[in-house]
Amino acid sequence: MSVAPAAPPGVWVEARPRGVRLLLSRIATFCLVELQKLRHDRSELVTRTIQPVLWLVIFGETFNRIRAIPTGSVPYMDYLAPGIIAQSALFMAIFYGIQIIWERDAGILTKLLVTPTPRTALVAGKAFAAGLRTIAQAIVVVVVALLLGVHLTWNPLKLLGVLVIVVMGAAFFSCLSVTIAGLVLRRERLMGIGQAITMPLFFASNALYPVDLMPGWLRALSHANPLTYEVAALRGLLIGQPTTYWLDFTALGVAAVAGIGMAAALLGRLAR
Amino acid sequence: MTGQFGVAAVAIAGLSHRFGEHVAVDDLDLTVERGECFGLLGPNGAGKTTTLRVLNTQYPPQTGAVRVFGLDVRTQAMAVRRLLGYVPQQLSIEGALTGRENVAWFARLFDVPRRERAARVAEVLASVDLTDAADRMASTYSGGMVRRLELAQALVNRPALLVLDEPTVGLDPVARDAVWERVADMRRRYQMTVLLTTHYMQEADALCDRVALMHQGRLRVSGPPAELKAALGPDATLEDVFRHHTGESLLPAEKAGKGALRDVRSTRRTARRLG
Repeated sequence: MSVAPAAPPGVWVEARPRGVRLLLSRIATFCLVELQKLRHDRSELVTRTIQPVLWLVIFGETFNRIRAIPTGSVPYMDYLAPGIIAQSALFMAIFYGIQIIWERDAGILTKLLVTPTPRTALVAGKAFAAGLRTIAQAIVVVVVALLLGVHLTWNPLKLLGVLVIVVMGAAFFSCLSVTIAGLVLRRERLMGIGQAITMPLFFASNALYPVDLMPGWLRALSHANPLTYEVAALRGLLIGQPTTYWLDFTALGVAAVAGIGMAAALLGRLAR
Repeated sequence: MTGQFGVAAVAIAGLSHRFGEHVAVDDLDLTVERGECFGLLGPNGAGKTTTLRVLNTQYPPQTGAVRVFGLDVRTQAMAVRRLLGYVPQQLSIEGALTGRENVAWFARLFDVPRRERAARVAEVLASVDLTDAADRMASTYSGGMVRRLELAQALVNRPALLVLDEPTVGLDPVARDAVWERVADMRRRYQMTVLLTTHYMQEADALCDRVALMHQGRLRVSGPPAELKAALGPDATLEDVFRHHTGESLLPAEKAGKGALRDVRSTRRTARRLG
């Protein structure tokens, strides 16, 4: 029995990007689709900015006055603003798996899985698209923080670094969400687990208070929490607080890559 | 099996696929020649969709070999996907995008070159009569329009093989006729091979050069519809052919069990999505 491949007509053969080019092409495609969706419906952007603004205005202003949390020479509002940027990105990304489940229910995921897109590229594309959504939120939080008198950097390179960090954080947490979606398979269960882990992730990080104030066990947890590295890098870039950038970027990079790998491995379960 | 294994559009040899204890496809041999329209007929649960999902690389084959234009779906999945246009049974478009954006999305995923992309998207939208509605949100489309938009999505990479899973299920007769017309038109225009599944005999009669009847995961008989019917008598229908070879009816309304339940669920989901 012959197994020689029969070439289809040449006019049907398109350019075939591979490796990194294919990955970047798919990330760009999913980011573009996310932008198109945002352009058609901006209401989500508006509603999602309410919570971080409340954290800054109510929680931040109150704790700024009572000086309950020792942050050295840094006003508490300045200390809190980067934490709230990371928090708003976390809250958005941790429920991103719901979109994948919706796409599965709507039959879209099946069609995406049979395009020439490796699963890792599909998940990476989705992860960076989630990052794009969080950028819009981060910009709103920065503007509100500036209006409240928070002293943030104007250095364009550092602001670019902020966007990179926010996207990396969102990539990890959205992949964590897709991973959970791949395990539980149902929207309701994902909602429940998302609700259950969001606050522990938030409180076991340096978003609201310095790690030094935590009991030993919580400090250990916070060192394993990618949110801590995200907040540390954001604080370093935005308000100049000392941090080890290589460690923050490496921790977030490794987390994002591991997240993409985990989510891609479980994506097939969703499509069955 | 013909002697043209290497050049056939689809060559399936000894394919079996199980879900736990349930045998969905049982030792299936099938060849679809280039340029023909081939119909897989059978009631819900016959194994048609599973066969298509192995063919489109969604499920790796558990037993047997499946080749598309000579490419192995197991080891050359990416190359196989580039040759396929796939329309699943369920209506599946992104309602938060316009029709044009839906098609352009898939043009990018199939690496249609940037300089050709806009023209290609416009061409396939025109070929399914959606030019006027192209810039409307897809969530406002009727069921028939959604199906035609899906055809446009599946055609934007100029596939060598168009795979349609129950393309007209849940559509009213007018929308069904429109889809049949488009599929026939696409074949003429692009000279591609079409593989479709259906449980509508009329659909198979209207569109297919050859059909294969599947029942409980096995292939019962295959051939041109006219020949299969003629073998039973002058007034025989494909329904008679199916009943003759399986002892059961092809009509979905007479079937019960998992497949029927899945059909109801799918129809309800579609109705909900389209409001």
